[in-house]
Amino acid sequence: MHFNRIAAIVFRQYYLMRGSLSRVLPLFVWVAIDMVLWGFITKYLNAVTSAGFNFVPMFLGAVLLWDFLVRVMQGVTIAFFEDVWSRNFLNIFATPLSILEYLVGLVVSSIATSLVGLIVMLILASVLFGLSFFAYGLTLVPFLLVLFLFGIALGIFSSAVVLRLGPASEWFIWPIPALISPFAGVFYPLSTLPGWMRYVSYLLPPSYVFEGMRTIISGGAASGSELLWAGCLAAFYILCACWFFTRMYTHAVHTGLIARYSAETVS
Amino acid sequence: MVVTTNVLSVNQLHKKYRDIIAVDGISFDVGHNEIVGLLGPNGAGKTTTINMILGVLQPSSGVIFIEDMNIETHRSQALANTNFAAVYAPLPGNLTVYENLHVFGLLYGVRDLTERIDILLEQFGIRPFRDVKCGVLSSGEQTRLSLAKAMLNRPHLLLLDEPTASLDPAAAREVRAKILEFVAQDTGGVLWTSHNMYEVEEVCDRVLFLSHGKILLEGDPRTLAREHGKTSLEELFISVAREPLALRVS
Repeated sequence: MHFNRIAAIVFRQYYLMRGSLSRVLPLFVWVAIDMVLWGFITKYLNAVTSAGFNFVPMFLGAVLLWDFLVRVMQGVTIAFFEDVWSRNFLNIFATPLSILEYLVGLVVSSIATSLVGLIVMLILASVLFGLSFFAYGLTLVPFLLVLFLFGIALGIFSSAVVLRLGPASEWFIWPIPALISPFAGVFYPLSTLPGWMRYVSYLLPPSYVFEGMRTIISGGAASGSELLWAGCLAAFYILCACWFFTRMYTHAVHTGLIARYSAETVS
Repeated sequence: MVVTTNVLSVNQLHKKYRDIIAVDGISFDVGHNEIVGLLGPNGAGKTTTINMILGVLQPSSGVIFIEDMNIETHRSQALANTNFAAVYAPLPGNLTVYENLHVFGLLYGVRDLTERIDILLEQFGIRPFRDVKCGVLSSGEQTRLSLAKAMLNRPHLLLLDEPTASLDPAAAREVRAKILEFVAQDTGGVLWTSHNMYEVEEVCDRVLFLSHGKILLEGDPRTLAREHGKTSLEELFISVAREPLALRVS
């Protein structure tokens, strides 16, 4: 693996960002709107429900963590889509760049862009609505790590789908987090779900994070073994996503799709 | 590992898409300091061949060696010494000239990249556009940028797919001079496709006529037409395009 080739992918993203307000604003505007919206909803809920229960860490914290996962996923997919939109596949894949280097470049780009969103969310949630990060203690670190890993896996998987099906399949990708969220138990305990949905939840690393978050808020301690399992599961999904992306790339090289990507063939 | 003195060796290359044979068992070499013209009508298999050499299209069978490296098993090493320019592969229009050259310079592992970019900006007359987004450049300026990108890593093998197609005659002559200079100064070889037979005669040491995925003719562009009873290379090209079978028999 060559550092300079990974740096090329990151630099490309940096160059696009620094000259484009329309690329920089989405990094934090939507998450900021979410923070403000859910901040007021939780304040209202605190006012109308019985005293003693604080909705801020429960709901606002959940939205913050969920938005972080979505930003990580989109960090990977948007960096990939930049090559789709500028029809750049032939240029970049005719260089010595390996698939692994390309994927690592997308991930590093995503770390930078998702951090911007995370910092903005943390500032707004604490300054405007008094959400203390210390409410979760040190477990915030594994929470974020699990969500980060799963976001990376989703981003790579989504990019592979678009690589296989062509530029128009982009719209398949955007609803993926929304499809997962009911199973991940972002706002409610998994016990709320019917049995079959819970089985799906057990396969989703974020569900362990949100269960752990609720346990901490209720005064308990998040299970270290469950978080470890969630981290291993997310790492496994990253490996699966990389394998899937490599398969789709090999298929594209076999059919000639890389060279003529705009043809959008699904043959 | 096969050791070769050629910069490119293509052996029994074959590409089939379901029932369509795009490239039908072609073999050829490109030597150091040699410019080989790959000629043929649209759909003859020229771009398919170039894509296979670039590793972005997998051959159905056959092998490609860039110097002594098999593109299938040593892709990154082989492509580190290769580069290309094609009219259908413009550089991203949302980056500036410098940004594009910087990104591709990193991808190719170019040493002293800033100095190399400076030299190429000067050499291809695109210094005034250094900080201009590539999408707003004229097609001629974009072609010169693509050629500058293609020269970034001082390639041993340079693949040029109709490099002067969008240039005015004066600019095309300058570009030809630059490529001839590159071949004369370094040890690189060039595989060049063009529909401009005047240009082919001027720059190519050898030409390969491709039709329906097969190499029909090969030889010196300055004598090949006469050898086949034609008055010019253009007339020979038209014969290849219209009556490839008759030409093969003759």
